[in-house]
Amino acid sequence: MSVRILIPTPLRAYAAQQASLQAIGPDVRAVLGELTAKYPALQKHLFDDSGKLRSYVNIYKNEEDIRYLQGQGTALAAGDTVSIVPSVAGGSGVAEELPKLSKEEIRRYSRHLIMPEVTLEGQRKLKAARVLLVGTGGLGSPAALYLAAAGVGTLGLVDFDVVDESNLQRQILHGTGDVGRRKVLSAKDSVLSVNPHVNVVLHEVRLTSENALEILKDYDIVADGTDNFPTRYLVNDACVLLGKPNVYGSIFRFEGQASIFGAPGGPCYRCLYPEPPPPGLVPSCAEGGVLGVLPGMIGILQATEVVKLIMGIGEPLVGRLLLYDALGMTFRTLKLRRNPECPVCGDHPSIKELVDYEAFCGIADEPEEDETALTAVELKARLDKGEKLVLLDVREPHEAAIARIEGSRLIPLNDLPGRVSELDSTDSIVAYCHHGLRSASATAFLRSAGFRKVQNLSGGIDHWAVQVDPNLARY
Amino acid sequence: MKIRVLYFASLREKLGRAADDLEVPAGATPRAVLDQVLGEKLAQYRAAVAFSVNHEYTPGDRPLSDGDEVAFLPPVSGG
Repeated sequence: MSVRILIPTPLRAYAAQQASLQAIGPDVRAVLGELTAKYPALQKHLFDDSGKLRSYVNIYKNEEDIRYLQGQGTALAAGDTVSIVPSVAGGSGVAEELPKLSKEEIRRYSRHLIMPEVTLEGQRKLKAARVLLVGTGGLGSPAALYLAAAGVGTLGLVDFDVVDESNLQRQILHGTGDVGRRKVLSAKDSVLSVNPHVNVVLHEVRLTSENALEILKDYDIVADGTDNFPTRYLVNDACVLLGKPNVYGSIFRFEGQASIFGAPGGPCYRCLYPEPPPPGLVPSCAEGGVLGVLPGMIGILQATEVVKLIMGIGEPLVGRLLLYDALGMTFRTLKLRRNPECPVCGDHPSIKELVDYEAFCGIADEPEEDETALTAVELKARLDKGEKLVLLDVREPHEAAIARIEGSRLIPLNDLPGRVSELDSTDSIVAYCHHGLRSASATAFLRSAGFRKVQNLSGGIDHWAVQVDPNLARY
Repeated sequence: MKIRVLYFASLREKLGRAADDLEVPAGATPRAVLDQVLGEKLAQYRAAVAFSVNHEYTPGDRPLSDGDEVAFLPPVSGG
């Protein structure tokens, strides 16, 4: 009954530098006994003084954690593989490396320390842990604040954006006085005001294929709170390649999703969505809107899973996709499995390095210019000359109620095909929306329907408000 | 046979409803049901949707059974 034992890099120093070896025994306990008999120096790294497996050492039989089988009593058959996987906190899995807590920290974390599931050891794991938050927006905000409060020792923050007024409805790391500031700086201030013991590391860059591995490699866990598909696939692939768990959260209007991807034996994001959606199909928060409290719920779910992974307690959200619906106030979980055919985490991966994720997601470098589009200033000049123009507002009625250009006609883009007969194809028409995207579709549609004198207002009513009519509300 | 279909995220928004009870031919697959629901207008979603049947992620070509609950899950990217 020969089985193979895989030894992780940090422990090879205590096993004559071997990466794997064969052992014989009926169960996990027996083969680990054989291993430590052969290499006694491994004993104290795998087991504590009472002979219990150390909490930061996870043992897998093939792809399953023995905690969910029969523990060390899990039976083995010839050909099985037993993997020793150090838990994520501290990274190394080598004993006696957890940092000590000061008296002040002990007072601060008292409500953690008194729980037998946490204790001093769990809190010291939190202090040793290095967590990277990709994005300090809706999801990154609550996650950063709670992880800081909980005592995570090192928090890395990735963001290249500045705080905009429209962020404040949900991005609670940033306050009114931070508008116009770089997000990483206001995030750092908020984190340190919650807990000055946290080491905050700032990465004020756009995460790319060129820098992602270099940034992620120094962290134990990554929490993905980005707002676009290229970065989601980039974070997923980088985590799989580096063997780091990716605590995933994502939001849309009133709904959210959370899971852990890239954990040993568990699925990755590509097992769920092998291919990105066609560009423009799935609206972002800026396009589709988002309920302000929604990312609070999902970001805190992510923080909860990060804390559990660090402490090695509970059932991690691996192999499950949690779906939250704020309007119905329902939670559902769907079972997910690792796809053996997955191009990045499957048995025979075809993706072994990071790729061009903008191209993968079909996003062109330069949006196509419509040379016939009008700027707000040009439109104003033509109206001032008394030119007879039909201003066609293709937004929704609830948007027109916020702000509209005087004298325009409202036909929402979706209704346009059914109401096109209300327009005269000999008129000069200028279509507008919020930022110029929907009106570009409307312009193309009307041209295909035989309208010859249709133009798009570039930048939409937002540019009009900035360049022509500062009294108009911007949203 | 009768199945229950649930719509999520942008698909729910586009269709304007969260669920349907549908009568489909025996042995219909999640993908065939999706095509029927999407029609011409929403055909862009065909390749973008993940499927779950009775709370379990599943490939689109697995035949459905009477009484199954099918969920159509377009990806979500907001953060």
